Amino acid sequence: MMKRDECFKILARHVTDEIVVSTYSSAVDWLALGERTLNYFSIGAMGLDSSHALGLALGRPDKRIICLQGDGSFLMNMGCLVTIAAAAPKNLVHFVVQNGTYEANGSHPIPTNKADFAAMARSAGYAHAHEFSDLANFEQQAAHVVKQDGPVFATLHVERSKQLIYDYPKLYDAERRKALKAALQKR
Amino acid sequence: MDADQLTEAVDKIELKGSPIIAAIKAAGVEYILSVPDIVTSGGLLRPISQDPALKLVRVCKEDECIGIASGLSYCDKRALTLIQYTGFLDSINAIRGIAVEYAQPICMMIGLLGHDPYTTPRNSPRYGVRIIEPILDAMGIPHHLINEDPDVTKIRPAIDEAYVNSHPVAFLIGRRPSAS
Repeated sequence: MMKRDECFKILARHVTDEIVVSTYSSAVDWLALGERTLNYFSIGAMGLDSSHALGLALGRPDKRIICLQGDGSFLMNMGCLVTIAAAAPKNLVHFVVQNGTYEANGSHPIPTNKADFAAMARSAGYAHAHEFSDLANFEQQAAHVVKQDGPVFATLHVERSKQLIYDYPKLYDAERRKALKAALQKR
Repeated sequence: MDADQLTEAVDKIELKGSPIIAAIKAAGVEYILSVPDIVTSGGLLRPISQDPALKLVRVCKEDECIGIASGLSYCDKRALTLIQYTGFLDSINAIRGIAVEYAQPICMMIGLLGHDPYTTPRNSPRYGVRIIEPILDAMGIPHHLINEDPDVTKIRPAIDEAYVNSHPVAFLIGRRPSAS
């Protein structure tokens, strides 16, 4: 079983000018790797991270969008798999971090941890769907996954993480959103 | 009687769909995000689906529209969410978080299923319609009733204003627009 922060460290080596959409625990771990203008934290409406990512992917087809979504968020907006597959953005890479818990809400379990999210994405019509539960394998494949023509889906099977500190005012910061918007509207 | 069931022969007041679509386009809207709604199905969604100047994204559930429109707005792309009032009610948390608290230009066109267009939404025979304007008011979201042809002039300036000042806006479609 992998750890989310270790997966993100590997992923970060392959992220340059991509827009990274993340929320809650994934956002906390991603931000811990460093500030960057092209981070888009969609805290505030759980589940919609993948929809934000689709909007960005449609709006900026010249840029790659990486969505880091928790399994609790994913379960709240599974219809978006079908919407994304139909819109078929080539520049969207959709990771779901599956730890089987609502970590940001007391680490209660999701209804079941047996659901196969990658199979759902594949049947919805994503161009590629992957699953990783071994860190060495993910390290070997990560560069390939983030560069594939999308929509690409990948489940990262991870264990529950250590207790995180959720600094929502920092993630929510209006200045962060303003900077991101300015960067995206500057061509 | 559910007045949105009025036939054109019975309903003497007209709301044409094509000027609404023209106003949407004139406001620079490029994307329509929608779950079908019987009030706007024939007069708006169907012609929009055949209009090469508009990109239609069909979503599974209305709150997806709020996230997609937000992502598009960061890229300087304008979108209109075309849904039924039931979908608006289902999306309240997304609208609260993204449109209101994040102050994003989320533009919504909302069909009032079951409304009697000869009365106001607050006096609608349908409970779900009666609560829409009070909810929008409580959330601080500007709203405009589009009930007959002269109302269509409200659309373009309201969308422009929402994008310039980054806030949500709602248009309430009070009767079925005709496909003309």
